[in-house]
Amino acid sequence: MIQLTRQLGRFTLQSLAKLGRGSLFLGHTLSGLTDILLRPGLLIRQLYFVGVLTFLIIVISGLFVGMVLGLQGYYTLSDFGAEESLGVMVAASLVRELGPVVAALLFAGRAGSALTAEIGLMKATEQLSGMEMMAVDPVKRIIAPRFFAGFISLPILAALFSAVGILGGEMVGVGLLGVDEGSFWSQMQANLDFYDDIMNGVIKSIVFGFVTSWIALFEGYDAIPTSEGVSRATTRTVVNSAFAVLGLDFLLTAMMFGDD
Amino acid sequence: MPEGTQVDETLVSIKNLSFSRGTRKIFDSISLDFQRGKITAIMGPSGTGKTTLLKLIGGQLKPDQGSVIVDQNNVHQLSLKSLYQLRKRMGMLFQSGALLTDMNVYDNIAFPLREHTALSEAMIRSLVLMKLQAVGLRGARNLMPNELSGGMARRVALARAIALDPMMIMYDEPFTGQDPISLGVLVELIKKLNTILGLTSIIVSHDVQETASIADYIYVISGGHVVGQGTPEEIENSNSEWVRQFMHGNADGPVPFHYPAKDYIEDLLSYL
Repeated sequence: MIQLTRQLGRFTLQSLAKLGRGSLFLGHTLSGLTDILLRPGLLIRQLYFVGVLTFLIIVISGLFVGMVLGLQGYYTLSDFGAEESLGVMVAASLVRELGPVVAALLFAGRAGSALTAEIGLMKATEQLSGMEMMAVDPVKRIIAPRFFAGFISLPILAALFSAVGILGGEMVGVGLLGVDEGSFWSQMQANLDFYDDIMNGVIKSIVFGFVTSWIALFEGYDAIPTSEGVSRATTRTVVNSAFAVLGLDFLLTAMMFGDD
Repeated sequence: MPEGTQVDETLVSIKNLSFSRGTRKIFDSISLDFQRGKITAIMGPSGTGKTTLLKLIGGQLKPDQGSVIVDQNNVHQLSLKSLYQLRKRMGMLFQSGALLTDMNVYDNIAFPLREHTALSEAMIRSLVLMKLQAVGLRGARNLMPNELSGGMARRVALARAIALDPMMIMYDEPFTGQDPISLGVLVELIKKLNTILGLTSIIVSHDVQETASIADYIYVISGGHVVGQGTPEEIENSNSEWVRQFMHGNADGPVPFHYPAKDYIEDLLSYL
C-alpha cells in the first residue's frame, strides 16, 4: 500500500515536472517567432519537410475515408429513402470531425515521429549542445521553425483531407451508386454552415497542429540522448499525440456544439 | 585597466568549484587556472567529469558552488545575451565532432559565420577555404559529415571552432579512437593553431603520451579533486603514487583493479 502511494506520488511529481519543462520549452519556442520573421527561409524549408512531405499520405487517406463514408452513408440513408442527403452526411462528417482528427493522427505518425527522432538524434550526437557553444540558440534556430511549420501545415492538410474526402464520397455515391449529382452538391451547400461547421473544423485543426507539433518537438528535445531513449521518445510522441488529439477533440466538440 | 599582470595572464580561472549530479559529487571545491596563450591539459580517468568541466566553463551547466571567470567575466552570472557574446569567443571541439548532419563540410564551417556576421558570401567563401586549408581538408568541402572518417570529422569540427577566430578552444578528448596517423595530425594541428593563432587551449584527455607532448601545464584530476599539477616533466617525475599509476598505465596501484566488493572467498561461498 505504501509502495503504491509512493509510486503514485513519484509518477505525479514526474508528470508535473515534465509539464513544467514542456511549458518553459513552449514559451522559449514561441519567443523564436521574431527570429523566424527575420529569416523566413528557415520556416519555408521546414514547411517543405513537415507539410509537403506529409501531403501524399493525407490525400490518399482522405480519398479512401471519403469513399468509405460514401458507401456506408449510402446504405444507411437509402433505408430511409434519403440518398440525396449523402452529400451533407459525407461533408459534415469530414469537415467537422474526420478531417481535423484523422489528419492530425496521420500527421503525428508521419511528421511528428520524424521530428522527434530528428531532434532526439541531434541531441544524442551533441549537435544541439554544439550549437549552444557556437552561441546559436538551438531552440530558436532548430525548434521554432519546425514548430511553426507544423502549426501552419496541419490546418491546410486537414482542409485538403476534407476536400479530397468529399470528392471520394462523390466518386462512390454519384459515380458508382447513382445518387443524383445535383442533390449531392446542393444539399451540401444548403445544409453546411460556414461558421458552425467549417470554421469549427478549422479551429480544431489549428489546436491539433499546435499540440502535436509541441509534443513531437518537446519529446525529442527532452529525450534521453541514447538510441533507446530516442526510440522511446518517438513512441511517446505518437501515443501522446493520439491521446491529446482525441481528448481535445471531445472537449472542443462539447464546447462548440454543446449548447445546441 | 586597474588589474595587475596576474589577471592578464590568466584567461580562465576556476575557484572552489563544486558540482554534483544527483547525489554523486563530481567536483569537490576544485580550483584551476588557465594561462593565456598556453596549452593546458586536464587529465584523469574516464568518468571523472572532465567533459562536465568544459560544460561548466562554457556555461552549459551551473555549478553548485564556486565561480568560473573567463576573460574577467563570471560565466554563471552573465545574462543569456552576454553569455552568448562570450561564447562567440570560445571555440569547443566535441568528442563526436558535433557536425550538423544535414549540411556538407563547407556549410558546416560557414554556419557560425552566417549566423553571427553579415559578411558577403564571397567573403565567407574565402574564410571557409582558409580554415579548411589550415586543417588540410580544402578538397573535402563537398562531402557530407557521414562520408568523413572520425579523424576528418574532428578536423572539420576544428576548422569550424576557429571560424570566428576565438580567443580560446576547448578540446574534449581530441585523441580518442584515432588511428596513429590521424592522431599525429591532430597533435600537430592543436600545437600549430595554438602558436599561430595565439589561442589559449584547454585539452581534456586521458591519452597521456600525446597530451603530455604538447601541453604546457597539466592538471590531473580524480575523485573530484586535483591530485597533481605541473609541467609535463614535473608530472612525469611526480612522487605521488596515484599520478604515477595514471601516467604509466599500471593496472594496480592506488586505483585498485577491483571494483569495491566483499571478500572474494566469502562471496563465492555465501550460497553454499
